[in-house]
Amino acid sequence: MRLRIAFSKHGKIRFTSHRDVARIWERALRRTNLPVAYSEGFTPRPKLSFGLALSTGHESEGEYLDVDLDPEQGADVDLAGLTTHLSAQLPVGMTATGVVVVDRRMPSLQQAVTSCTWRIDVRGVDESTVQAAIGAAIVAEELMITRERKGKEVTDDIRPLVFDLAVDQPIEDGVRLIAELGTQPRAVRVTELLSALAPPLAEPLLNEPRVLRVHQWITTDDGQRHDPMSVAAAASAPVGVA
Amino acid sequence: MPSGAPSTDLWPRLEPLLPQVQKPARYIGCEDGMQTPKHGPDETSWLFTYPDTYEIGLPNAGLQILYEVINERPDAAAERSYAPWVDMEELLRREGLPLFSVDTHKPAAEFDIIAFNLSAELTYTNLVNCIDLAGVPVHSARRADADPLIAVGGHCTYNPEPIADFVDLVVLGDGEEVIGDITDLVGEWKRSGKNAGTREGLLRALSKIEGVYVPSMYEVEYDGEFLAAVNPRYPDVPEKVEKRTVTDLADWPYPKQQLVPMTEVVHDRLAVEVFRGCTRGCRFCQAGMITRPVRERPAEQVSRMISEGLQRTGYDEVSLTSLSTADFSGIEKVVADTISDQGVGQVSVALPSLRVDAFTVGIAAELQRARRTGLTFAPEAGSWRMRQVINKLIREEDLYGAVESAYSQGWRRMKLYFLTGLPTETDEDTLGIAELGRNCVELGKKYNSSASVTVSVGGFVPKPQTPFQWFGQNTEEELRRKVKLLKNDLRGTKGVQFKWHDTRASLAEGITSRGDRRLGAVIEYVWRHGGTFQEWSEHFSIDLWLEALAANGLDVEWYVYRHRTEDEVLPWDHLSAGLHKDFLWQDWRDALEELGLEDCRWTPCYDCGACTGYGIEHVVASATPPAGGSQGTGVDLSAGGAVPVTLQTSKPIGVGGS
Repeated sequence: MRLRIAFSKHGKIRFTSHRDVARIWERALRRTNLPVAYSEGFTPRPKLSFGLALSTGHESEGEYLDVDLDPEQGADVDLAGLTTHLSAQLPVGMTATGVVVVDRRMPSLQQAVTSCTWRIDVRGVDESTVQAAIGAAIVAEELMITRERKGKEVTDDIRPLVFDLAVDQPIEDGVRLIAELGTQPRAVRVTELLSALAPPLAEPLLNEPRVLRVHQWITTDDGQRHDPMSVAAAASAPVGVA
Repeated sequence: MPSGAPSTDLWPRLEPLLPQVQKPARYIGCEDGMQTPKHGPDETSWLFTYPDTYEIGLPNAGLQILYEVINERPDAAAERSYAPWVDMEELLRREGLPLFSVDTHKPAAEFDIIAFNLSAELTYTNLVNCIDLAGVPVHSARRADADPLIAVGGHCTYNPEPIADFVDLVVLGDGEEVIGDITDLVGEWKRSGKNAGTREGLLRALSKIEGVYVPSMYEVEYDGEFLAAVNPRYPDVPEKVEKRTVTDLADWPYPKQQLVPMTEVVHDRLAVEVFRGCTRGCRFCQAGMITRPVRERPAEQVSRMISEGLQRTGYDEVSLTSLSTADFSGIEKVVADTISDQGVGQVSVALPSLRVDAFTVGIAAELQRARRTGLTFAPEAGSWRMRQVINKLIREEDLYGAVESAYSQGWRRMKLYFLTGLPTETDEDTLGIAELGRNCVELGKKYNSSASVTVSVGGFVPKPQTPFQWFGQNTEEELRRKVKLLKNDLRGTKGVQFKWHDTRASLAEGITSRGDRRLGAVIEYVWRHGGTFQEWSEHFSIDLWLEALAANGLDVEWYVYRHRTEDEVLPWDHLSAGLHKDFLWQDWRDALEELGLEDCRWTPCYDCGACTGYGIEHVVASATPPAGGSQGTGVDLSAGGAVPVTLQTSKPIGVGGS
């Protein structure tokens, strides 16, 4: 049996890395005594599969991992209350927000997720400048960024992956942006988006923005957006296959 | 700040800095097991600090134990701090922010005592840097009454003279009990208001606590370049400071809530200390000399600490720590119980310090049932002659037996650790290291064609309070020559990977390890010229150390390379790890005669002083040594059972030292 767990990450713990979060989960699952399946071989590892990495320092209300349970003991797991039990074993700032059973034939989170919605709090800027920068970006035909890949600088146009970009509301000494960024074939990072915008947003480190992942989305062939939990729930619901 | 003022939380000012530094999780705290200390005008507060990065410092068991012990007191509070990495330090200094605790992000200077663990001499410049970053004057003599007290503990404190200028008090020995005595006195002083002119009186009172050394209460006299004496400045200050020893580890089942970090650290696993002290008597080993006698933790307590610890932390690996874990009575049973305990799931056991003469197929077989952890054996020297000199009495057969046990149980590679630059070492002894490495690989090939060993060699640095404290360290050139000798000899040998410790770092360690108070200026010079994180190769600079010595008119030859004589006053003679100086001298003479000395757990007492002087005894669960190997006798004992010596059932207990 495969479980999909949703969780959030807020506050000080946001400074842990993706690898750190994986280790935090491995320990939390063992403390919950969940019968997790292990890989074979000299160094058996628990079978966990995480979704898209969240950059160190970003917060999130939509993180997911898939957990394979031991085929023999997994069936006895009581899903009711598991969310609460898991949260009790997670550090302050990390909370399990839901658990569903996933069909093992479903594509992995990495493959399935098509976009993420981000909330970006930028400080030390005024709204009109930001509005102008965003307006320019939206009408631009391309948004070029340079990034390092395997030691070489590569240039990419991220414009096709900027699905949505807008000022949400003014905040103290700054502006809150909402952006939806595509993740296939490659997830665009928030810092990359900002670096493609006009100054002052592109200034590195001037004012480190506070970033929160609000949602991860799976767009199905019919063009509908679903969150990873509802896709799983729908797929595993005991209804006849069309 | 005035005592009793509310606690400052620096987090809002630190938070914006963290996206700009490497590994920001070093600075957030948030560990499982983190305590929630309550500060107030009546609570004595300790900031336990490791003078290196979080990843290295967090697992330090000593600091974790004391952190818990203090937080259990209703009248005290403890937090932790670690040296910020250079990028963070730069930002802190730029923003005018001080060293802070990771628990509540409180400024270091708001604590009553900042206590450092000193496990390695090359962290001394970080110690000074942390004091400075805390906003406290680096020289103890310049501190105001209300400034925090700077305390140090850990193995380096058996010669704290090089750092005497920077610290207010030094703790010798086990910290569990003495820390309570210090808290009592400092608490009283705090509640009386830390008034002007009272600091000196407090320090004088602290100097009378057994196990506490207050350097400022002593005057050093020189006779030319030699030390003449270190004398107490007052009649009520002890002439000789004795270490503190916890008699029964069963009374101290700490840490009860081992800290589980949110980010990767070295030794990222549960650790259970199975015993403290070691009487194998290896003459180069400071840890073995200064932590005597052997005090085993009861096996049931070990098992309980393992199962509760695994369940609480969620770790899947436990390390059974001590100076020689295979010596623990009933080690095979503890390992077997841990691995087969279904309640805790897949668990692997790490045995970090293994003597080859006590590592058996039985242990290897148990270990391999879970994930195979790395195996390191430490033959220390390449020839039997050399091993008699250093009193590491393991035969070549013992090593091969252990190595074969491991290969036969499925291990494909292991690590062998050696020292070079030992007293009386010849090139033949040095080359014996390569020979042992080659032979081990040959054995492994019987089981696996890809068998390999890593031969790791470190330059020997003589340490205070050991029989080798009189030995002149090999010059850096000589150590380098020996490393090269091995490198050439092993060139092209399939399956042997050769690694060596930077010989220049051994030299810097040698400068600080047996120095006197004149070294303070050298350490300060290195620090003032940017020489922090000297344990890190990318920051280490031997030139800076040599320049610092020269600038202070001091000589490498005199401090490092020269043999000491019996009548010389050593900088640490007024500090005692319980070992009689005449015992150490005799052991040094025995070393030069190539005479081994058997383990005193199972043989009559040699009166080294560690038991008799303090009226304590070994605490061991078994009156017979564990089965296998030669058990430090050099005689084949593979059948197990008693060593061929008289077993002394009760030891004479002396009164009040020599």
